Amino acid sequence: MELKNETILEIVPTFRVQWEEVQNCYVVLYPEGMVKLSQSAGEIMKRVDGKKSISDIIMDVSATFDGADVNEDVMKFLEVVYGNGWIRVK
Amino acid sequence: MATAGSELSNQSQPLWLLAELTYRCPLQCPYCSNPVEMAKYKNELSTEDWIRVMQQSRKMGATQLGFSGGEPLVRKDLEILIKEARSLGYYTNLITSGVGMDESRIVAFKEAGLDHIQISFQASNEELNNYIGGTKSFQHKYEMARLVKKYEYPMVLNIVLHRKNVSQIKDILDMTVDLNADYVELASTQYYGWSRVNIDQLLPTKEQLMHAESIAREYQEKMKDKMKIIYVIPDYFENRPKKCMNGWGNIFLTIAPDGSALPCHAAGQLPGLQFPNVRDHNVDWIWNDSPDFNKFRGTSWMKEPCSSCDEKHKDLGGCRCQAYMLTGDATNADPVCDKSPFHEKLHGDVERIAKLSGNKEFESKPLIFRNMKNSKEISNKKTPESV
Repeated sequence: MELKNETILEIVPTFRVQWEEVQNCYVVLYPEGMVKLSQSAGEIMKRVDGKKSISDIIMDVSATFDGADVNEDVMKFLEVVYGNGWIRVK
Repeated sequence: MATAGSELSNQSQPLWLLAELTYRCPLQCPYCSNPVEMAKYKNELSTEDWIRVMQQSRKMGATQLGFSGGEPLVRKDLEILIKEARSLGYYTNLITSGVGMDESRIVAFKEAGLDHIQISFQASNEELNNYIGGTKSFQHKYEMARLVKKYEYPMVLNIVLHRKNVSQIKDILDMTVDLNADYVELASTQYYGWSRVNIDQLLPTKEQLMHAESIAREYQEKMKDKMKIIYVIPDYFENRPKKCMNGWGNIFLTIAPDGSALPCHAAGQLPGLQFPNVRDHNVDWIWNDSPDFNKFRGTSWMKEPCSSCDEKHKDLGGCRCQAYMLTGDATNADPVCDKSPFHEKLHGDVERIAKLSGNKEFESKPLIFRNMKNSKEISNKKTPESV
């Protein structure tokens, strides 16, 4: 399935995204495992909440990075993690 | 998982806390990873002790928490511990046989915030499952696995493979498909503790392994969008050791039922350890400063052939317990490595068992089941050579 600007995404319940103080980053937790997220990946994943559309996320992330054009990067990242099974279409 | 630098060992964090709540268990699997001397472990930690351990470990960066055993369902305070763990921010894993579970408990765990349930099966059919587990449990496990999915937990099914069940791998995988597992761990028996006692009955032949591997690969491909299948071959058939526990005192922290802290759940057998106890010390001291957790950290403890080996950072010398069991010295290279002078001896064992397997008399030798009675008997006469 193709992700579009108006698509609303949510985290698959197997996975959990949370801020980790000690690691100083966002992480994705799943059965018996953890992936540390880079700063930009964390900024995207924390906005996947079952309410925001992809274009909302893009605008929001862009604002965090001083209005930079993040359109393509966000889309590419979401496609990868969609493929990983971390997120699904609401 | 995170990759902590092996030289900068003081930057390691106990990301994985394994809480062995009890060694009591209704099953008697003859390959259990619990210590053979488990009958000596009495005086289990209290609810308050466990909560303190969870708080201290969480502060140090622990994110994954495994409730294990024995059978963790035996503990009446499991719901309380899950609730506390979840509120501390852990990803909570329940590692269970399913025996002692029912629908109301599955619901209670969900309400307490449990993230994931892993159920073990001993085989894909009732007769062998119940024989290996030493208890009539197959139907119940099946029902529990269905309920775990009904209540929308991610479910891992764990099947320990050995000579008595590995040929049924196709049936085992069909069972996991039928049960709708999210992850399947096909865990080849590791020969420590009880499985070392039973190695003659459990070590598979090379032919069995090659067959199992090809079926596992087939299902990995076939099921790739629905189910993740993890297949680990036993390291006795390898030429380089595994990076055991991802390095000593690197990410794993095991707490035994009596509060002893260990860098790995099998390390209790190693000589010269002091087993710092969480009743006497905080987790920070145990992890960073205790002699045990520093003993094999990094690479400075190594002898030849490890110390000058250009692969030493890759596998960190392999498994300390295996080195001790097979060579009598825990600072030796893991004999799985073909640079170890003991490697031939290990292969000799493999070949001896391969020759005898299928022989009626050899195959009918009884398994030593994991129970407190056998634990007491073995502990009373144990020397390193006899196991």
